[in-house]
Amino acid sequence: MNATGSSIVRRNVMVYRHTWALLLAEILEPVLYLGSVGVGIGELVGHLTGLGPHVRYAEFVAPALLATAAMNGSMNETTFLMYGRLAVERIYQPILATPLGVADIALGEVAWAVLRGTVVTTGFLGVVAAVGLVHSPWALLALPGAALIGFAFSAAGVVVVTLLRGFADMQYIQLVMLPMFLFATTFYPLGVYPRSVQIAVECLPLYQSIELLRRPALGQVDHHLLVPVLYLLAMGLVATVWAMRRMRRALTQ
Amino acid sequence: MPMPTQKPRPMPTLNHTDSRARDAFAYWLLRYRRVWRGTIVISVANPALFLTAMGAGLGTLVDDHHSSYLHGHSYLAFLAPGLLAAAMMQTGYIESAGPVHTSGRPGGNYRSALATPLQPDDLLLGHLAFIAFRLATSALAFSAVASAFGAVPPTRLPALWLAAVLTGMAFAAPVAAWAVAVQRPAALTAGFRFVLMPMYMFAGTFFSAEQLPAWLHAIVVCTPLYQGVQLCRSIVLGTVTPAGVAGHGAYLALLVLFGVLVGRRRYTLELTA
Repeated sequence: MNATGSSIVRRNVMVYRHTWALLLAEILEPVLYLGSVGVGIGELVGHLTGLGPHVRYAEFVAPALLATAAMNGSMNETTFLMYGRLAVERIYQPILATPLGVADIALGEVAWAVLRGTVVTTGFLGVVAAVGLVHSPWALLALPGAALIGFAFSAAGVVVVTLLRGFADMQYIQLVMLPMFLFATTFYPLGVYPRSVQIAVECLPLYQSIELLRRPALGQVDHHLLVPVLYLLAMGLVATVWAMRRMRRALTQ
Repeated sequence: MPMPTQKPRPMPTLNHTDSRARDAFAYWLLRYRRVWRGTIVISVANPALFLTAMGAGLGTLVDDHHSSYLHGHSYLAFLAPGLLAAAMMQTGYIESAGPVHTSGRPGGNYRSALATPLQPDDLLLGHLAFIAFRLATSALAFSAVASAFGAVPPTRLPALWLAAVLTGMAFAAPVAAWAVAVQRPAALTAGFRFVLMPMYMFAGTFFSAEQLPAWLHAIVVCTPLYQGVQLCRSIVLGTVTPAGVAGHGAYLALLVLFGVLVGRRRYTLELTA
């Protein structure tokens, strides 16, 4: 068998046989948010103006939680966990002594992050459908959509991981991710903000990710979807090229 | 890092417990002076961001709906004490579970400390005193932010501050008693994800527990977070009753006492075995 990025994926699959509970926790977290915010706060919010008369608040929140789960899962994999492999376990140096190269490592890790992200989003989508919050068959677009989100963020994560100086720096990632989660229209529509803030929010990758999943979930499939698709593709590709360059420098010094 | 105990104390007696626990507290304080910046995000920025996004952002939508569950209060005023209590729970857990576990393992600082006149009791009390200090400073910072938002009237801040620290300690003390003898660190992460997170989401932090179905409401009322949220919220909203304060306060204080008593036993068993 050829030694490529798929060897990295197989390696991670073997590790995850022992740590699968982590994926369970990643499915549980958005489920808890859906119950608490979608249903609990939903009752306090009542009906959201601008949505169709039959769309419940939980249906508005669910796709955003799905996008966030895809983002968090892939970022967690290529920042927190990959930093452990890069700087603590130091598994990449010995791997470079095999026929695998730096590009295989970077692409393999991204591919794995996308794969395990898809497992999590499929699980969460299953829960969302089971509690009766899916009405449009277009919601199935969430699966390729979540994979695209996973690609963009995991590639960005590999860039970030090469910039970290220690585990203490993880809090700076939190400092970016948490506000993005809270402000990128996860819990309320863009209309709450003044126009200047709206423009800033629209530039956020999580906002584009949420649009990518929320529009089909609410049955709005049209050319507007091209914007998030192109945004995330470009982000993923640029980040991948940059990540390979950064990884080469990090591993061959 | 060596413990600051230069004076010879050949016969540790009960009379010295206070000063020895103070030495153990001083150790944690000395460490914290090096790393306090790293704790700002989790203890202060995190709840402050939630308060902005949910209280101010989502709050505009909630307030438009005038839900009877909020009894005429703004969502921001309803949410702020809930978030404070939840942040105290999280800080209490994070400061207690991991550090106590690591300190108690072979090679941990508890083990080194026991080579000095410090006793297991002192380590527990000193460590809990430090956690109380962390809770107190975090609560102060958060309530200052909440006050700036206009969510908390300044005259109610001292009572709120006490209630918040009590809520955090009701988690920290029993968790310390548990964590000192935990074998696998993964159990600590699992406790956070599978026990604390569900509590955070459903024990009245974000919405009124009265909204829950009866069976779930009955469970939620028994959780320490619910008790802490209710206590903090009644102070902020000015709905304090003597029975309420006594009930919630006694529940939380008993948990602290339980944690200390069981913790003393477990510390001694685990560290001197």
